[in-house]
Amino acid sequence: MFEMVIYVSIFCFSLSMLGLIYRVIKGPSMPDRVVALDAIGINLVAVVALGSIALRTSEFLDIILLIGILAFIGTVAFSKYLEKGVIMERDRDGNY
Amino acid sequence: MSLLHFAIISPLILAIFIPMLHKYFHKIHTGWFLLPLPALLFFYFMSYFPETAHGESITETLPWIPSLGIDFAARIDGLGLLFALLITGIGALVVLYSIFYLSKEKEKLNQFYVYLLLFMGAMLGVVLSDNLIVLYSFWELTSFSSFLLIGYWNHRERSRYGAQKSMLITVFGGLSMLGGILLLYLMTGTFSISEIIGMAGEITGHQFFIPALICFLLGAFTKSAQFPFHIWLPDAMEAPTPVSAYLHSATMVKAGIYLVARLTPVFAVSGLWVWLVAGIGILTLFWGSFSAVKHNDLKGILAYSTISQLGMIMSMLGVGGIALHYGNVEDGFYTVAITAAVFHLINHATFKGSLFMVVGIVDHETGTRDIRKLGGLMTLMPITFTLAAIGAFSMAGLPPFNGFLSKEMFFTGMLRAREIGLFNFETLGFLFPIVAWVASVFTFLYSMILVFKTFTGKYQPEKLEKKPHEAPVGMLIPPVILVSLVVIIGLFPNIIETLIESVMGAILPSLLAEGHEFHVHISHWHGFDSPELWMTAGVIIAGILLYRNLPRWSGIYNRMPERFSLNRFYDTGLEKTQLGAMRFTGLYMNGFIRTYLVYIFTFMIFILGTTMVYKNAFKLDTSNVANIHYFEVVLAAIIAISSITILFSKSRLTSIILLGAVGYTVSLFFVIFRAPDLALTQLVIETVSVALFLLCFYHLPKLGKNEERMGFKLGNLLVSIGVGAIVTLIALSAHSNKEFDSISEYYVENTYKKAGGENMVNVILVDFRGFDTLFEIAVLGIAALGIFAMIKLRMTRGKEQG
Repeated sequence: MFEMVIYVSIFCFSLSMLGLIYRVIKGPSMPDRVVALDAIGINLVAVVALGSIALRTSEFLDIILLIGILAFIGTVAFSKYLEKGVIMERDRDGNY
Repeated sequence: MSLLHFAIISPLILAIFIPMLHKYFHKIHTGWFLLPLPALLFFYFMSYFPETAHGESITETLPWIPSLGIDFAARIDGLGLLFALLITGIGALVVLYSIFYLSKEKEKLNQFYVYLLLFMGAMLGVVLSDNLIVLYSFWELTSFSSFLLIGYWNHRERSRYGAQKSMLITVFGGLSMLGGILLLYLMTGTFSISEIIGMAGEITGHQFFIPALICFLLGAFTKSAQFPFHIWLPDAMEAPTPVSAYLHSATMVKAGIYLVARLTPVFAVSGLWVWLVAGIGILTLFWGSFSAVKHNDLKGILAYSTISQLGMIMSMLGVGGIALHYGNVEDGFYTVAITAAVFHLINHATFKGSLFMVVGIVDHETGTRDIRKLGGLMTLMPITFTLAAIGAFSMAGLPPFNGFLSKEMFFTGMLRAREIGLFNFETLGFLFPIVAWVASVFTFLYSMILVFKTFTGKYQPEKLEKKPHEAPVGMLIPPVILVSLVVIIGLFPNIIETLIESVMGAILPSLLAEGHEFHVHISHWHGFDSPELWMTAGVIIAGILLYRNLPRWSGIYNRMPERFSLNRFYDTGLEKTQLGAMRFTGLYMNGFIRTYLVYIFTFMIFILGTTMVYKNAFKLDTSNVANIHYFEVVLAAIIAISSITILFSKSRLTSIILLGAVGYTVSLFFVIFRAPDLALTQLVIETVSVALFLLCFYHLPKLGKNEERMGFKLGNLLVSIGVGAIVTLIALSAHSNKEFDSISEYYVENTYKKAGGENMVNVILVDFRGFDTLFEIAVLGIAALGIFAMIKLRMTRGKEQG
């Protein structure tokens, strides 16, 4: 029963990710896509967590943290790019 | 290292010192330093004569590469000695001649004499080596030094052309000869010529016998300027005249003759050899003498005459080879052709050497070699005229000179070719005397042209660049010596009989019983009933008639279209080869990477596909396949959809993001296939690479940033489907063909026990197989440094500003 619940949840998350991917592909504007991508990242966290419960292992907890960090960094980078056109700005005095 | 070896390589050793001598004793003509060496060598080789005269041979061996059976084995027998005497004797005369021919001030004498010495040493090596590989090495050295000598005046375009042509043709022959040597080695297991001759009868039926025979003949024919490879020799006449006299009349072009003579005991048992050597020889004889008549350049005439005379010697060697089938018939009925070949070989070296020197004198003293400008030089250059007349009459085959004797014997040999009952000679053999006779008429004709057009007739001083006068005495000594040999051998041919006998003993060793020798008797007079006498008389009469009416019939030479000449064939062949190769390269090397990728992938599909089909390798076995979970299906679907959408996406940004999606989904696959370390790395790397892609995207030039779909090409579609299909098929087959268990059990057991870790992946990376990791770190280091260098190092920046 417990496993059943987990599989059903993974299935649901997968469906939501499919929907988000539709948005990534179709997304009329770039921010739509970025947000969808960020949401996919978070969904991935959930899927990995559920998967490690299903597989009865704690080895994947690192990945959850990593995805969280990456999704954040990626979204911030994208946002900065969309806003300013660069991700890393040069120092004012020019020597980097 | 024996004295004999030292004698062979002494020219090469002296060649090292020539530049020094030239530099420090520049007041003395460099040639004087050379002159003693060939003269000394000549007398040194003469000292072997008493031993070889009785059919003995002297072999001295010096190990070179013993593990491969290659020794520098020097062997002197009659044949080798004859050639060694020719090389050193005429070499000495040519050096003497060149001292007076080449100016000390104007010419680069150090180069000339180094090349000449290289050639002399190489030629001695060719004729005195008993080891085929050593022979081949020296053979190529002769080609090489001849190339240098022909191109001696390398500021002239014709010299360079002639040198290149002779190099291409003789090296082609040399390489095919190397093939023949290797085939012979495969058959006999030795490189030693004397051992191979010992095994002569055993290899006749071998499957390599015919290929080896043809390879050797290609080598001999190209070197000896036989039809159709004779075309390099007339162009080699751009060399200085001493070179022409030495290389292209007396020595190098006879290397092929030497090879044929040397291998006659091995190959002449085959009818193919006899027919090829005799047939090509007689064809060359005819073609050379026929072509010589049309030339206006004295050296051109002599070049074609050399070709023709070499063909004559070759044909005699071919016909004479048949003697091997008949054993020792009394009075040498069949061996007469060999006798004639050897005899004519000596005669040709004497008269042709002198004729070249005479032509050189004429050129030197008048400034031209064109017979249309020359004439009436008889009273101005009486000695030169005498020399030319004797040489040319000997070449034409007039009594009492030595050419007459060898021509008579040549006719005898050709007449007897009809009576040979082997290899279809009884049917086609009648052609030999006829062609030989016709060719002799032309020989007579061009010999007369050579003498009379140059020295008689009207003197035309206005056409000459210099005022002609007699040559200096030093230039006259060498041709005088050669011409006196012509006369002496002509009058007393029996003084060289012993030499000829010993050479024949070397060419036809199997015909000699123990302790026996050939008995040669050359006589002027065969009696009125001998057909040779009437043939010679006919040659003279027909020749005089043709010479008298030369202007009336020489028009036939213009009839033959230039398009069908062999030179044209060679030139267009060379040009078309280069053009064709260039076009071919241009055809497939079009500079587009996408085309090369199509080649690579098509080739991959083709090779893998045919291998799969040919080996019947496809196999599908589902017995060890795991169950499929629905989330695996979902992930696969995500990857598939993303991948396909990449292909059809309109903007590059979408493609990059979708590629990222694929990467993240792959990391999910790593999760569900229980590879946490891989999943971690994959996530980070994917993020970084997507960021890099975005960086690249951002820096695209504005002009090319137009957003459009990837164009559709059916070929690309087929190739990509093919690659995917073939890789899938191979993966399926490989999975179905597992023959061994994995070795991972060992790691599972020992990760903690031996390495003290619990994370097996990491233990493998840093402990069990740490070496791979080390160099992957190196790869990353190199990549980082490379990127840094590419960004920072702008070599063109300064130039743009300047």
